[in-house]
Amino acid sequence: MEPLMAVVIGILYATAIYMMLRRSIVKLVIGLMLLSNAANLLIFTSAGMTRGAPPLIPEGASEPLRQVADPLPQALVLTAIVIAFGVLSFAVVLIRRAYEIVKADDLDKMKDTDT
Amino acid sequence: MTLAWIPLLTLLGVLIPVPMERFGRRLCTLATATPVVIALILVLSQLPMLLSGGLPHFSLTWIPSLGLDLAFRLDGLSLLFAVLILGIGLLIILYASYYLSAEEASGRFYAYLMLFMTSMIGIVMADNLILLWIFWELTSLSSFLLIGFWSHWTDARKGARMAMTVTGAGGLALLAGLLLLGDMAGSFDMGTVLASGEAIVADDRYPIMLVLVLLGAFTKSAQFPFHFWLPHAMAAPTPVSAYLHSATMVKAGIFLMARLHPAIGDSLLWSWLVTLTGMATFLYGAWFALVKTDLKAILAFSTVSHLGLITALLGIGSPMAIVAALFHILNHAAFKGAMFMNAGIIDHETGTRELDQLGALRHAMPMTALVTMIAAAAMAGVPFLNGFLSKEMFFAETLYTPLLGGLGWLLPMLATLGGILSVAYSLRLVHAVFFKPARRQPPKTPHEPPRLMRAPAMLLVMICIAVGLFPALLATGILELASTAVLESVPELHLAIWHGVNLPLLMSLIAIIAGVATYGLHIHLKRFVRQFAPIDARLVFEGAIQTIASIAHTLTRRLDNGSLQRYMSWLLGGALLLATLGLVQLPRLDGGQATHPVDGILLLGAALMIFGAIGTVVSHRHRLISLLMLSVVGLVVSLTFARFSAPDLALTQLSVEVVTMILLMLALFFLPQKTPRESSAKRNIRDLTLAGSLGMVIASLNYAVLTRDIDSISNFFVENSVPGGGGHNVVNVILVDFRGFDTLGEITVLALAGLAIYKLLNRLRLFMPHSDGEGRVWSPDRYPMILTSVSQTLLPLALLVSAFIFLRGHNQPGGGFIAGLITAVALILIYMARGVEWTQSHLDFPYQPVAIGGVAVATLTGLGSFVFGYPFLTSAFGHFHLPWLGDFELATAMLFDLGVYLAVVGATLMILANLGKVTTPHRPRKDDSRAGTQQPQPSSKEPR
Repeated sequence: MEPLMAVVIGILYATAIYMMLRRSIVKLVIGLMLLSNAANLLIFTSAGMTRGAPPLIPEGASEPLRQVADPLPQALVLTAIVIAFGVLSFAVVLIRRAYEIVKADDLDKMKDTDT
Repeated sequence: MTLAWIPLLTLLGVLIPVPMERFGRRLCTLATATPVVIALILVLSQLPMLLSGGLPHFSLTWIPSLGLDLAFRLDGLSLLFAVLILGIGLLIILYASYYLSAEEASGRFYAYLMLFMTSMIGIVMADNLILLWIFWELTSLSSFLLIGFWSHWTDARKGARMAMTVTGAGGLALLAGLLLLGDMAGSFDMGTVLASGEAIVADDRYPIMLVLVLLGAFTKSAQFPFHFWLPHAMAAPTPVSAYLHSATMVKAGIFLMARLHPAIGDSLLWSWLVTLTGMATFLYGAWFALVKTDLKAILAFSTVSHLGLITALLGIGSPMAIVAALFHILNHAAFKGAMFMNAGIIDHETGTRELDQLGALRHAMPMTALVTMIAAAAMAGVPFLNGFLSKEMFFAETLYTPLLGGLGWLLPMLATLGGILSVAYSLRLVHAVFFKPARRQPPKTPHEPPRLMRAPAMLLVMICIAVGLFPALLATGILELASTAVLESVPELHLAIWHGVNLPLLMSLIAIIAGVATYGLHIHLKRFVRQFAPIDARLVFEGAIQTIASIAHTLTRRLDNGSLQRYMSWLLGGALLLATLGLVQLPRLDGGQATHPVDGILLLGAALMIFGAIGTVVSHRHRLISLLMLSVVGLVVSLTFARFSAPDLALTQLSVEVVTMILLMLALFFLPQKTPRESSAKRNIRDLTLAGSLGMVIASLNYAVLTRDIDSISNFFVENSVPGGGGHNVVNVILVDFRGFDTLGEITVLALAGLAIYKLLNRLRLFMPHSDGEGRVWSPDRYPMILTSVSQTLLPLALLVSAFIFLRGHNQPGGGFIAGLITAVALILIYMARGVEWTQSHLDFPYQPVAIGGVAVATLTGLGSFVFGYPFLTSAFGHFHLPWLGDFELATAMLFDLGVYLAVVGATLMILANLGKVTTPHRPRKDDSRAGTQQPQPSSKEPR
């Protein structure tokens, strides 16, 4: 399972980076999406993959009865997911404004601040 | 404490002049001089303690981990320099009040001058190597301000920059040297360093340290080959030249050499380096002083020459040489200060400093002429003046030093040669300015300056005469006191004008006679000099600076060509390199922990994700398909979260995936439809290689992590979730309690993103094209009936679900984030089913206040804990009973989570609703001439 996960994450990263290196703005946005998925998975799996043991403490107990999944990366990833959405939408709108000025879907042409 | 007051007083003096300026020049001068006088009295008040063998000392711990203490000492050497700095400083303050014209900002000038004085005092009194260096740098800074005081004048700016660059670079070298020195001595405390001379000289790193420290000292004291900044610093107002460039700052390097002499001076390397540099500077400066035609340039080179003389004495290093060096420091400050002040007077009264235009001034300004002549005679080393005494001591030391062995005659010969040149240029200066008829008229008709402007120079010249006549009475005491700080045993001093006929006297005699003869042959000398093209140090320096700048520019252009992709590839390449280096160092990739077996579902999920990711790339020319592929990835990611025990994540990812897809669909509409021409094959291969290798490296990294044991800090969170946070869902407790501050930051960012988007899209209106990017005509059914009815029915249900998820969030999967996203999705569905106009008319409330209110609720919850005396965001919880619903555990964290909920709803809707309403409701027919084009057109109706 672990090698499979590693391969999946590797492929996600590779595709994301390839897309982000294209000149098209739209592809940059898509690459950004892929990248945030890839990064979330990477962080999530870094604490190990546990099945069937969510970090919940049963009612009446003050500590889990058995080993549970690591809650910390989960909390990190949860905020990362939401932030990624915010960043993505901001990037989209910002790019749109830049496009209005440059008039081309070409990042290579967005070189100056005062085009 | 008295000691600390000395630099403090001058520091306070920095603040006085500017506010005092409005009360007139006289009062401003007086106010500025007051702290200096008090400081001078304080310095002298330490004299009894010093004489009785004590060492006034003050120390305050500053940054002990760096070995930096705010420590001052006042030994004989410090005292000598402090008196020099404060005394001449006083005279300069008086002189400057006449020198600066009425409209010049004297307040600013005095403030800079006091800042400089403070830093000089700091250098000479510092009892800690690092502290000394800090003040050292401060002198560079304040002298930059002073040299560039006439900042409208390009020479001043360039001169200031050059001085700053050279002395600043030397300062860096000095820092390195002092750090090494402190390391070798085991402490940065001056006393410890000075006491561990033997250990330091024996250390392996001694030569490096010595060179670095000397670099600092030589640049500061304008020693050859770093002397070139000093003549250009003459662009400064003359009081500055008189103060910084003759009496004090350039002596800082010499002070440093004298100060550290006990610690680092006892080696052959020191003697060679310092003596030869000093001799070279002595001769070089004297020669150029003879050929320059600008009055201040002559004085500048003469200063360079005298600094060389002192340096050479320090290099020779015998007890008598040290005493002679200290003596000459005093003497030089006196006669050169007077010379500079008079040069300033001449410049001031005639409007020029060129020797060509000056002449026969003895008629117009007899007093100035007399004072200058005496000072020049002291500079030349004429008997009965102070310069003669120390110069003769110098001659004697060059005779007796064993330094050059068999070539020992070389040093006295060179010294005599330098003496000859000194006599010649002093004579030339006096003769050309006061006796020879002027070849051209000076710009102004000269006359004597105000008496008080002459007074400082006269006072200095009187000192020259007094010391020259009664050296034993006036100088012996202070010299003995000062040399105790440098020498273990002070030699018996016999300062006298007449020592009988001996070699040094003969050398002095030769110097004077040959000097006069040299000046007689001056015409031939001039002709000889004319054969050489003059080298302007400033041009060379500026050229070097410009070359460096252009290299930097080329390099920057190469790296930073403005292309985002270029930056990314550099960044990624760097990451790749670092990660590869890390991976290579691993003994093996597999960490040895047992892996879990693969099952069918997992395999399917992995296959789907890979398919989605690669599909996204392959179909990138069909953006809609590409997006669909992308959503496959997102959905499988959320399933992965669900499978590996992260229900909260799965829920969040699922709802975010929905809003993201809606966002991208909307974005596709208004992002450019046409892609630019394809990248070249070469670039494709480069990108593929980069992306592929990074993918592989990250996969390996991930695998390496997955197969190793990890030590997580999360046990703390799991154990304290119920007792400390009152919640059973550890993830939610982390979000709203343990790491609540992070969450607060995050929702703030989200709300800000929403607001920014709202502002960015505020006036953007797009025409709806007749079809999508790939030529498909829009569906004629704008708002499908089924969707409309379903969405409306779903809304209350969805709101109920989100309330439920919100309430249980602290104990079960759920919470503010997820509930907020569900609410947002439900509302967005209404937008999609009914259109922006309908929704806005029915759901008439703005989202900005909701988002901001959410952040405010969360912040206030956090602040609330202050009321109860707890730190920010401390949570409290308790059990409550609600009728029908049962027992509830309510925590202030819930209130915080409510803030999160509101912020998420507000921000998400702000983003999507604003993106959704950028189109005009008008929909052109297919044959519309504007079809397919996008023209932003401001709407007549102001959007909310």
